[in-house]
Amino acid sequence: MSEPAALPAPDERRRHLPALEPERQVTDWGRSERVEGAMDRLLYDFLYHYWFRVEVEGIEHVPTTGGALLVSNHAGAVPPDAPMIAKAIKEEHPRPRPLHLTVEHFFKGYPGLSMLVAKIGGVPAHPANVHRLLHDEEQLVLVFPEGRKGSEKLYKDRYRLRRFGRGGFVEAAMRARAPIVPVAVVGAEEAQPIFAHVRLLQKLTGLIYFPITPTFPALGLAGITGYLPAKFRIRFLEPIPTDQWGEAPWEDRGLVQEVAEEVRARIQEDLIDQLAHRRSAWLG
Amino acid sequence: MNSRRVLITGVSTFWGGRLARALEQDPRIETIIGVAPEDPTCALERAEYVRVGTQHALLRRIVQAAAIDTVVDTRLMVDSAAASSRAIHENNAIGTMNVLAACGGPDSPVRKVVFKSSAHYYGCERDDPSFFTESMRRPHPPRTRLEADIVEADDAVRGFAGRNPGVTVTTLRFVNGIGPELRTSHTRLLALPAVPGILGFDPRYQFIHEDDIVGALRHAVTQELPGIYNAGADGVLALSEVAGLLGKPLAPVLPPWGTSLAAAGLRPLGVRIPEEVQRQLRYGRGLDNRRLKAAGYRFAYTTREAVERFGEALRVAPLEAAQAAPYRYEREVEEFLRYSPSVRRGADESAAAGRSSN
Repeated sequence: MSEPAALPAPDERRRHLPALEPERQVTDWGRSERVEGAMDRLLYDFLYHYWFRVEVEGIEHVPTTGGALLVSNHAGAVPPDAPMIAKAIKEEHPRPRPLHLTVEHFFKGYPGLSMLVAKIGGVPAHPANVHRLLHDEEQLVLVFPEGRKGSEKLYKDRYRLRRFGRGGFVEAAMRARAPIVPVAVVGAEEAQPIFAHVRLLQKLTGLIYFPITPTFPALGLAGITGYLPAKFRIRFLEPIPTDQWGEAPWEDRGLVQEVAEEVRARIQEDLIDQLAHRRSAWLG
Repeated sequence: MNSRRVLITGVSTFWGGRLARALEQDPRIETIIGVAPEDPTCALERAEYVRVGTQHALLRRIVQAAAIDTVVDTRLMVDSAAASSRAIHENNAIGTMNVLAACGGPDSPVRKVVFKSSAHYYGCERDDPSFFTESMRRPHPPRTRLEADIVEADDAVRGFAGRNPGVTVTTLRFVNGIGPELRTSHTRLLALPAVPGILGFDPRYQFIHEDDIVGALRHAVTQELPGIYNAGADGVLALSEVAGLLGKPLAPVLPPWGTSLAAAGLRPLGVRIPEEVQRQLRYGRGLDNRRLKAAGYRFAYTTREAVERFGEALRVAPLEAAQAAPYRYEREVEEFLRYSPSVRRGADESAAAGRSSN
């Protein structure tokens, strides 16, 4: 017992996962079918089809079975990209699968957001959570390695990818031996541009940032979800398998950084390609 | 190793008593000795009760004299509303140290120690993983005195295991217990007409049915489970889900800021929400129970089923309260039945069997 207790072997770990209880409408992660369904009907459906007129390419790159880590660029004060990617998989994929979104720990600690974010599929971005989802539960997980650096960046910096964290997402995918699917999203930058940040109000509200957008705070609290009708284009890029580097590739920090940089470069390249072909931010 | 001669500390606690009764049914267990500073709270058949606290010299004499091979420590206090923080410190930190001292030593007959620990070991923080595994450390130092004492006790058990490689040491970290008979701060809050919560939070809750607490302890006694095991039922519910299962509204009576002040304001109304419960009401907690399942334990109830059983018990509680007289331990009677030469053992047992078949 001096040894810290290890978990059982991989296949055991899958076998001993809790069985699904059909009576329940909430998963063990706190995700609620009912709240998700309501959000989908009231908001996402409209945004996806009519407001952002989302166009999807490369949906076949999202695997039908097994865990996969989707990695995307991130933009918008209240980023609309995550729900649109989830909706794209739901609408376009031959076998729609739920998408789990990793979110900052901040959300678990902030009243209101704490309730909502978990119910619509947000999972705290803890390495153990990502591993359980990818490896044991074989789910789809979406990460934004830019994190808030992506969503808080100003309009003038649009479509320039920020630093990709410390490559933690690559390590997580390697440990789970799950492929990485890069995703390039065009449109979110124009949907909710941020012109400036107000430090004082950020401190007072305890939020991660307090942005000035076209509708917030001009239209009050509701303005925070005010999106401009930008044309959305979501492109799923070719998956990068992570089981090609031998037994424990995550111990090679250099390799992890290299792969992270590779994913970032692919997304950046594709964004530039999409932007080059885009005639209008609103009409596509 | 087969456990035959078992010593249960804290036999007057809910779990100690229930475990003693469960082990009484097992013919492979020759001897069950329960020790506690207070009288047992449930009727014991063949288990013997010795009134003694955690003085290690006395415990050691009992252990040696009775050639105890298995010690089950069920004393840990996990509810800061149950006693003063000083008493809890005495019991959890100092008491555990003493019990371990009584079990150790080169000439000790003890070959197995089962320690009932708590998920409070992991704490309850914003940046917790959604499911703690046994090898995870808590991300921050303990925030409450209760948690600090539990961490100290749990660490002391681990240290004991390191020093005594010949002894099988099992640590079971239990999540919040629930069930028809168990009374804790949580069951009292859930028994209110509305389930109190913190505005803007719907924490994740994992429970374990009281029978599974006893079952897991018993499993650790009858099987070999060296190491640490999380003991929480399958399923982690949102508090709103728990309230729904109980058929009650969720009442966010506590504000997100100044929560402990508001909780103090509820005290005069008879609603007590201790610090560690406030943390759970804010952040929630989930444990990964797969190691215990892989070790062969089968939970009798999921978290949802445990909450449902609790809800059923709440509904009939007013009817049953009138009937049941609380158990009282009568030392003279118990000793007469166990040791008097006048008692005809075989006859007593067959009479008991006859009664139960009627």
